[in-house]
Amino acid sequence: MARYRKILVVASTILAAGLAACSEEKPTSTADSGDPLAQYRANPKYAEFMSGEKMSGYVFASPETQAMQDDDFENPGMLAVQDGEAEWNRVDGAAGKSCASCHGDAAQSMKGVAVTYPKFEPKRGKLASIEHRINICRTEHMQAPELKWESKPLLGLTAYVEYQSRGMPINVKIDGPAAPFFEKGKEFYETRRGQMDVSCAHCHVHNAGRNMGVENLSQGQSNGYPTYRLKWQSFGSLHRRFEGCNQEVRAATYPRGSDEYTNLELYVAWRGNGLKSEAPSVRR
Amino acid sequence: MAENVKPRIRVPNNAKRGEVIEIKTLVSHPMESGQRKNAQGQTIPRKIINRMSVTYNGKPVFEAKLEPAISANPYISFFIKATESGELAFAWTDDDGSVYKATQQITVS
Amino acid sequence: MSPITNLAREGLNRRQAVALGLGGIAAAMAPLNARATPESARKLLSDMVKTEPKAGKVQIKTQEIAENGNTVPVTITVDSPMTDKDYVKAIHVVADRNPLPGVASFSLNPASGKAEVQFRMRMAETQNIIAVAEMSDGSAWTATREVKVTIGGCGG
Repeated sequence: MARYRKILVVASTILAAGLAACSEEKPTSTADSGDPLAQYRANPKYAEFMSGEKMSGYVFASPETQAMQDDDFENPGMLAVQDGEAEWNRVDGAAGKSCASCHGDAAQSMKGVAVTYPKFEPKRGKLASIEHRINICRTEHMQAPELKWESKPLLGLTAYVEYQSRGMPINVKIDGPAAPFFEKGKEFYETRRGQMDVSCAHCHVHNAGRNMGVENLSQGQSNGYPTYRLKWQSFGSLHRRFEGCNQEVRAATYPRGSDEYTNLELYVAWRGNGLKSEAPSVRR
Repeated sequence: MAENVKPRIRVPNNAKRGEVIEIKTLVSHPMESGQRKNAQGQTIPRKIINRMSVTYNGKPVFEAKLEPAISANPYISFFIKATESGELAFAWTDDDGSVYKATQQITVS
Repeated sequence: MSPITNLAREGLNRRQAVALGLGGIAAAMAPLNARATPESARKLLSDMVKTEPKAGKVQIKTQEIAENGNTVPVTITVDSPMTDKDYVKAIHVVADRNPLPGVASFSLNPASGKAEVQFRMRMAETQNIIAVAEMSDGSAWTATREVKVTIGGCGG
């Protein structure tokens, strides 16, 4: 582990200088000028993965990774949807109910729901992700204990609920009671943090489409989450990815399900409003 | 027994006699390699699916011996020649001795 | 003097210097633990297949640069009619710089119809995938393919 830490420190020093400079300087070579995202815009196969200027993470993935997502059998994220379907129908808690007891067939009752999350939840007095809302349902209506964030049953249920909105455009509201939380998420997104002293915007707004090493930076859209990440070799939530991103710039992380990450989730979702929901997707 | 190991198989329902068809398999399993260490610095013991055996109406048609270099949630695809209607039987063997099974009927005309 | 400034002084702009610096780090990251080597990988193969394999008949299809080293899709195809008289008995796969060289061994027979397998593997660093096909007539054929494995852009 110490070997990796040393490399990370060296990498971070180089990266800090490089990235900090990146966002402020003008391109100095012809290879560098123009729109780094032009290569994707021009490709007709990506039309359904874009909405105006917005581009799904699918566009930045390798053809093999795209192929894995395209096929429902090959997509390991569908294993989580399978888990979720079982969980949806499982009776749990003192009230003797399952999700299905109230919500019936998820394909009907949950259609179009996930793409409006996160949203202001009066019971919390703040935003709720789908995960938070599932737990409210469990404690209040099923008299069942909360499921832990990133646990197999909660990931499965989230995947299953998201799956019912697959192909529908992301459509989160940022006005009304959600507004102050949206502003907090926006502030988080634009604040420099960590040893590398960069904000989300540095990579995903100012340098989307450019390479960092061999990695082509995406716009950091969340329309594919929760996702099967090749690096994780497992299915995981958006908050897990936020945690990873913060770690990678050597910044303090926040707990999954925290207010900070939930507010950030709303801002990131809003950045992708109009993109089609792809959950469960496959990402690197 | 690893919990909640769910095998999935994709076999075409129908095939023509003599047709070569692709069989796809995906099983949820962490494939713990034995290389990782926990927070205390102790090596997490290896625990993988080390074998997948497939029979076609009882006759062995494909076998894979797997090592820890195989990614979690192992995906394996292979081919068989459809010769007769019947049953494809799949068995995945875990290091701990558990065997996960699945079957699929196939109609060959 | 920071490494980035040194590279920048050599006439590269900052962005190019960053890319080079990261590439240099990835290359310099020589593992210190015991690992497979090309020799140990070849030894494992020769333990499994007694016949010296000839180059040919085997194709390894995979990424030139792994999207992520933890999950690399690989397809191995062996040119064979797969008849009762002439078929692929086994395909063995090793990696020459993973912690351990073994990857998988597949057993086929004429009922397979086509000698092609696909799987997803872990690759710890840039290395060669080596596949050997054992034929029913006792001959053996081999192919090698290098896959580049990099650290993610942020070291993640």
